[in-house]
Amino acid sequence: MTLNEIKEITEAEVLTNNSDMNIQIDRGCSSDLMSDVLAFSRPGSLLITGLTNETVVRSSEFANMKAILFVRGKKPNTKTIALAEEKKIPILATKLSMFEACGRLYIKGLGSDN
Amino acid sequence: MPDVVREGVFFLKGKDFDNAGAASSEIKAVLEQMGVDRSIIRRAAIASFEAEMNVIIYTPAGILRYKIAPDYINVVFDDVGPGIEDVDLAMKEGYSTAPDFIRDMGFGSGMGLPNIKKNADELKISSQPGVGTNLEFIIHIKKINEAPGNS
Repeated sequence: MTLNEIKEITEAEVLTNNSDMNIQIDRGCSSDLMSDVLAFSRPGSLLITGLTNETVVRSSEFANMKAILFVRGKKPNTKTIALAEEKKIPILATKLSMFEACGRLYIKGLGSDN
Repeated sequence: MPDVVREGVFFLKGKDFDNAGAASSEIKAVLEQMGVDRSIIRRAAIASFEAEMNVIIYTPAGILRYKIAPDYINVVFDDVGPGIEDVDLAMKEGYSTAPDFIRDMGFGSGMGLPNIKKNADELKISSQPGVGTNLEFIIHIKKINEAPGNS
């Protein structure tokens, strides 16, 4: 599905400027543990997380995550957003819980990263 | 043609989380410029970032030195302590001495060193408690500009 569809399904807002909302993302990875993202995720996934610090963007950069969806209404600081814009990793934020966000996306066809 | 095509040095300051990942980001960018297979770039970036985070999380300071040649990536980390008491134990998945604030950042679950080992072709660690740790890894680059993309 496209990043724009992910935005609609999770009722999210886009926090980064100049994000390409037409990029195709076919699987998701949900974790608050960046160690696990670095160890177990597959490249090209959507990272769904409740952590909002800069190391989330760095972990996404090195693990080749295509975009980040912050859950539970959490918002990152401006430095985190600036780093994501520099690395061209779109950031979305939703008020949904991680469980609800993952469930909605899975039902609509976003695959697992297993 | 010289063997090493690019090398660099970074000073890593303990607890400087604002700049955590900057060195690994440069290594990733150089490898991308060279047209290295994306799966190899990912392994190098992840191994380097894990080691970079270890220095920033656990030590007062350290130095990262990298060399990239047409057929290998070599990254060396030297820090000034506190050292690892039992390297074999630290290599076990789940073993961690991380304080809570590191876990709150999504790290410190005892996956770092095992993940470096998983991604590197060669890994050497020597550590002296109270003095510091030397960690070095090598990743072989099999083909440049010929490997299929694997993003």
